[in-house]
Amino acid sequence: MSKKRTGVFVCHCGTNIAATVDVAKVAKEMAGEDTVAFTKEYVYMCSEPGQESVVQAIKDNKLDSVVVTCCSPNLHEKTFRDNATRAGINNFTCEIANIREQCSWVHNDKAKGTEKAIKISRSVVRRVNRNQPLDAIAVNVTRRAMVIGGGVAGIQAALDIANAGVEVVLVEKQATIGGRMLQLSETFPTLDCSQCVLSPKMVEVKRHPKIKLMTYSEVQELTGSVGNFQVKALKKPTFVDPDKCKLCDECTAVCPVVVPNEYELNLTARRAIYIPYAQAIPASFTLDESVCLGLNPIVCGKCKDVCEADAINYDMRPETVTEDVGAIVVATGFDLYGQENMGELGGGKIEDVLDGLQFERLCSASGATKGHILRPSDHTEPKNVVFIQCVGSRDPAKHCAYCSKICCMYTAKHAQLYKHHVPDGRAYVFYIDIRSGGKGYEEFVQRTMEDNDTLYLRGRVSRLYRHNGKVRVLGTDTLSGQNVEIDADMVVLALAMVPSKGTTEIAKVLKIGRDKDGFLAEAHPKLKPVESVTAGIYLAGAAQAPKDIPETVAQAGAAAAKVIALLSQATLSRPPLIARVRRSHCTGCGMCVDACPFIAIRLENGKAVVNEALCEGCGSCSATCLRAAIDVKNVTQLQIYEMIEACLAV
Amino acid sequence: MSEQQVYEPRVVAFLCKWCSSAGSDLAGVSRIQYPANATPITVPCTGAISPMYIMSAFNKGADGVLVSGCHIGDCHYIEGNYLARRKMQLIMELLEFIGVEPNRFRMSWVSAAEGAKFAQVITDFVNDLKPLGPQEKLKKAEHS
Repeated sequence: MSKKRTGVFVCHCGTNIAATVDVAKVAKEMAGEDTVAFTKEYVYMCSEPGQESVVQAIKDNKLDSVVVTCCSPNLHEKTFRDNATRAGINNFTCEIANIREQCSWVHNDKAKGTEKAIKISRSVVRRVNRNQPLDAIAVNVTRRAMVIGGGVAGIQAALDIANAGVEVVLVEKQATIGGRMLQLSETFPTLDCSQCVLSPKMVEVKRHPKIKLMTYSEVQELTGSVGNFQVKALKKPTFVDPDKCKLCDECTAVCPVVVPNEYELNLTARRAIYIPYAQAIPASFTLDESVCLGLNPIVCGKCKDVCEADAINYDMRPETVTEDVGAIVVATGFDLYGQENMGELGGGKIEDVLDGLQFERLCSASGATKGHILRPSDHTEPKNVVFIQCVGSRDPAKHCAYCSKICCMYTAKHAQLYKHHVPDGRAYVFYIDIRSGGKGYEEFVQRTMEDNDTLYLRGRVSRLYRHNGKVRVLGTDTLSGQNVEIDADMVVLALAMVPSKGTTEIAKVLKIGRDKDGFLAEAHPKLKPVESVTAGIYLAGAAQAPKDIPETVAQAGAAAAKVIALLSQATLSRPPLIARVRRSHCTGCGMCVDACPFIAIRLENGKAVVNEALCEGCGSCSATCLRAAIDVKNVTQLQIYEMIEACLAV
Repeated sequence: MSEQQVYEPRVVAFLCKWCSSAGSDLAGVSRIQYPANATPITVPCTGAISPMYIMSAFNKGADGVLVSGCHIGDCHYIEGNYLARRKMQLIMELLEFIGVEPNRFRMSWVSAAEGAKFAQVITDFVNDLKPLGPQEKLKKAEHS
């Protein structure tokens, strides 16, 4: 092997690196390396002149490999590898030494920071010395997508993808699509009816020739990778044939089982056989297996007897479906932080203390009270209603540290809706700050305060308890410096938004990261806001972070655009960093075969053979092999040993 | 004794690409300061870390070696960290057998979301290594 000619390019990143790392010293030290033929430092290596200077240096100095010491490879590995290709050398001979995130940003001491930056850079220079030129592996793309979650985010993403002519499988856990938005009465800042906005889109999903709708289904397993995923989903039995069901409602009249209605947030009851919402999509009843008397015609069978359309079939069984898709959008939405966590506010045990979604159902024309605001305990019209913001939000000591973003706006909306329903009523809002950034949002809050005569009190509520048939609210008004005591007929808590239970589960199944609060993690906070850390899996809606409907729809559209762009390519390239067997060293012991999580290695004529289509390049095989006969390309054991040495050189 | 307390240990930190290396990136983005003693080497997966790497690092003069990967059950490669956990347990037993202080080797689980935890892991490890002073037991004699 002739000696490498490596170029080392040290980036200042403005002062992000240069402030705590002596970049000139790093460049000088690297110039002393045996294989380094050229070094350069520059203020912004990723800028146009920076990249151009790398290309020029490669050409002028006949460099065959490149080390850029800069930020995390997650940011600019692709930038500089593409740049290497432009300069006419193999892109896999370019590596990044991360001296920003892993060094300059976390160390204040310039001497120590510089020393560490030199170690990191030197280890990468040594690694590159043994990098082989490699060609990316081309793989075919399955031109189909899956959207998980049928709320407004999932609906929008599915429609946008389908309208581009790409087939979409939309998977929803509940019996109907629509999600949280379907439960809302009106939306801010226009007060247009939520169902009127969403229902036509739901119908469009149902009718779209390119959308395959799978409701009452859950994703259970994911295999494959970007461009070629295989998703296993469980289709739960509804025991009702949606094609035959005429929505006559005869079955619910005879069903003897009464359970709380989750769609109405337990404000009302439903039967074991039910339709979540009159305009549900698909338009069909569902028999809830978990509470039905046993799907046994001898025990009950009343619904089947009464069904003239013969739509009910007790013999339906769960069905596992495998779908091949090229890309996935995860839009699994949010739940509210449970009232049971708020001990000082009654922990969900005080009557007439509702959460925001329950209040939406009270206001909704399709809700149990037909749009009349009545308190649940005695069905009277509440004359004093206290709204409390930031319940569970912005409380790092006990609850969620983050701001749930939409509560200021929906509380203002609730107060307006309440005043429209009960003009002689009194609305109070306890708040910490009003955060009303958004088009028309600040004006909306001002209207709530001025035109709708709502009393905004800046302060927190310390306690709620029942007192003489009312809810006593003990709070404080920090602007006047006085304690406040209100006997309210009803209290509405603007609880924090948390990732839905389904989001937690799906993150595990898909192996996509979550942030410290449990929301799905985007690949980069600024430049990749809709990508997950796994290629080919995208994020939309409140599963990623608290957000309102316009933002959710915008993000869903962005995710759809990414999916369409990905699937418009005939082939994708897969990194070729996969295992390779040194046949001369292999004894055919088969330990690598057992260690491989992807069943990518088999023994053939007493030697290990790697299936290049299945190998993901994890390296479990190389760590197991006693004779160093198997290695991951460009991360070989020899390279690691030399990196270790570089890390420990003084 | 006082000399040993200010000893600055040299640490090699093997980080998996998907979780702990991303976690260290987050520590950087969040500007959480921690000691500069540990030099990171990013590998695809903790499952790819041969026990020989650990011994080699001690051999080349490391005072401490850290292996950090995804939480159990969260491995990007399904089961790499389970494989790693078994190997590292053997390494710990071997180190104890040959008389290397158990505090010189550590394994941790740091996810991509745990920047603060990454900084804490390094800080704690370096603090625990300082009183141990230089590691001589496995260090290869310098060639003249």
